[in-house]
Amino acid sequence: MATTSITLDETPARALLLARADDALVLGHRLSEWTGRAPLLEEELALANIALDLIGQARALYQATELDEDALAYRRDAHQFRNALIVELPNGDFAVTIARLFLVSVASDLYWRAAVADPLLGPIAAKAEKETAYHVRHAAEWLVRLGDGTAESHRRAQDALDLLWPYTGELFEPVRSGPDPAALRPDWEEAVSAMIARATLRRPADGWMQSGGRAGRHTEHLGRMLAEMQVLPRTYPDARW
Amino acid sequence: MTASPAPEAPIPLWEVFLRARNGLAHKHVGSVHAVDATLALQAARDVYTRRGEGLSIWVVPSAAIVASDPADKETLFEPTGSKIYRHPTFYEVPDDVGHM
Amino acid sequence: MYSQALNAPTPLADTSPEATRFQERIDAEERIEPNDWMPEAYRRTLVRQISQHAHSEIVGMLPEGNWITRAPSLKRKAALLAKVQDEGGHGLYLYAAAETLGVSREELVDQLLSGRAKYSSIFNYPTLTWADIGAIGWLVDGAAIMNQIPLCRCSYGPYARAMIRVCKEESFHQRQGYEIMLTLCRGTAEQKAMAQDALNRWWWPCLMMFGPPDSQSSHSDTSMRWKIKRFTNDALRQKFVDATVPQGHYLGLTFPDPDLRFEDGHWRFGAIDWEEFRRVLAGDGPCNRERLAARRQAHADGAWVREAARAHAAKQRAKAA
Repeated sequence: MATTSITLDETPARALLLARADDALVLGHRLSEWTGRAPLLEEELALANIALDLIGQARALYQATELDEDALAYRRDAHQFRNALIVELPNGDFAVTIARLFLVSVASDLYWRAAVADPLLGPIAAKAEKETAYHVRHAAEWLVRLGDGTAESHRRAQDALDLLWPYTGELFEPVRSGPDPAALRPDWEEAVSAMIARATLRRPADGWMQSGGRAGRHTEHLGRMLAEMQVLPRTYPDARW
Repeated sequence: MTASPAPEAPIPLWEVFLRARNGLAHKHVGSVHAVDATLALQAARDVYTRRGEGLSIWVVPSAAIVASDPADKETLFEPTGSKIYRHPTFYEVPDDVGHM
Repeated sequence: MYSQALNAPTPLADTSPEATRFQERIDAEERIEPNDWMPEAYRRTLVRQISQHAHSEIVGMLPEGNWITRAPSLKRKAALLAKVQDEGGHGLYLYAAAETLGVSREELVDQLLSGRAKYSSIFNYPTLTWADIGAIGWLVDGAAIMNQIPLCRCSYGPYARAMIRVCKEESFHQRQGYEIMLTLCRGTAEQKAMAQDALNRWWWPCLMMFGPPDSQSSHSDTSMRWKIKRFTNDALRQKFVDATVPQGHYLGLTFPDPDLRFEDGHWRFGAIDWEEFRRVLAGDGPCNRERLAARRQAHADGAWVREAARAHAAKQRAKAA
């Protein structure tokens, strides 16, 4: 049987949109996996709100490519995804989920603020920035409570930061077009370090950084996630839903 | 069925008030549980403003609300029933005077 | 979604002056508020009904949550996530309404996790295909709406107010379910077969959601007298069938009931398997154990988070003091 995957011509504009869209979709999908599992009912609603914001951002970005949003989400193979590796890692415990949301959202918020002036991203960035600013706030408040809570929560929060840190370098790798992520790093560094300190946690040392997501070389986890996410459109390629 | 451990220590309850638009008073819309005021405000936002219901939120610890006793209803509220002179319709003004 | 009419205890007749005055207020369509005098049995009945309703919303997140990560388009994914999130919100409003009666959420959750509390039997059935998401929205939420709209006029103020909010938010739930069914029925042969299979599996459990027939439901009377409940199980069930059968025919689907026929202005249906209902309610449905295990797991996994939040708040209070 012929493949159900699409091929696409990745212009610089599309590459830019896809990297951001895939970040949002994959992180939104991961957060949606918390449904029915959150540590308290109020947090159930909070995580779903963030996931919905991210899925909404992904849709707007996919639509800006002028390609079919569902073909992009459901008919590309893992190697065609351009998201950073950090968003595809499994949720882990609540500490990993919160630490990841915090580290990524601070970077995204800075990126969207820089992108407001970008001709291609501008309108999407203006909306996304407001949403992301709230994601930062929500994740930061939890990071502080976990870091400065009990001995167990402190240990889990520190483990989460240590686990995720090698994946943060990729968030600032240079790209072919749009705002330069590398320029955002000092502000990210400052905001993240301040909050880690407030949470009584230790900022992990910068060592070797993972990389490859933007070029389509992913972790083992993305393929598994996509196998689940894409199962219906792949199984019934002629169907509309 | 299986026994579970005793219920956990309660997480405090907060009453949530929303201002739907400027010019209106904050109105009680429901409650949330949260350990502190910051998380209570975030929870109120996440639970009660998902459909654009509000522009401003108040959260108040439920325990801080002092309520009147329903048994006092007659003592507290019935005496006003006889003070009809507080209402404009108590006074006669000729129609010729116009709206007042 | 809604907890079905699970039976409330029959209270002893109370002839005290307070009880007489209470009944007069109910008869006059006055709302009862948390601090008002109320018979102990009224309070117990409400705590039980509202908390069962809340548990149903929370457990009800699981069967639909099962498809959030496999929703077949981004639009469907967002709609389903928003709907399941609404159910969590509805559980939250309802727990809060029950809390006005002097019972904490922690106690209520404990009743659910220990298996002492009931929730709607419908959520003990599995969601096997994407069409089940359509069928749940169309049928389960459709049945829920029939039940919930009269509850907006329930005699207990906090419950009625919670239900008004719930009904307002739920208006999109049934429509999104029906739209999924319509898309499947207009789609490929495989999709239509999926839709028919879902209707076959969900139809009878949905009719059971309204609770036992009036002839066997001896507890309805008290709830009706207290205006906690305003229509009988059978009346609501018939109303649901009358509304739903034409919708199913519009989809081009057949109902799994050879006795279904139109008579005297109503769609008359065949015999419901009440043995199945009792069995599922008693714990022996396809997913009872899984559902409870999932709730227990989430609660246990979250314990350290709640503990951390409490500890942090205590530290902050100590600092401020």
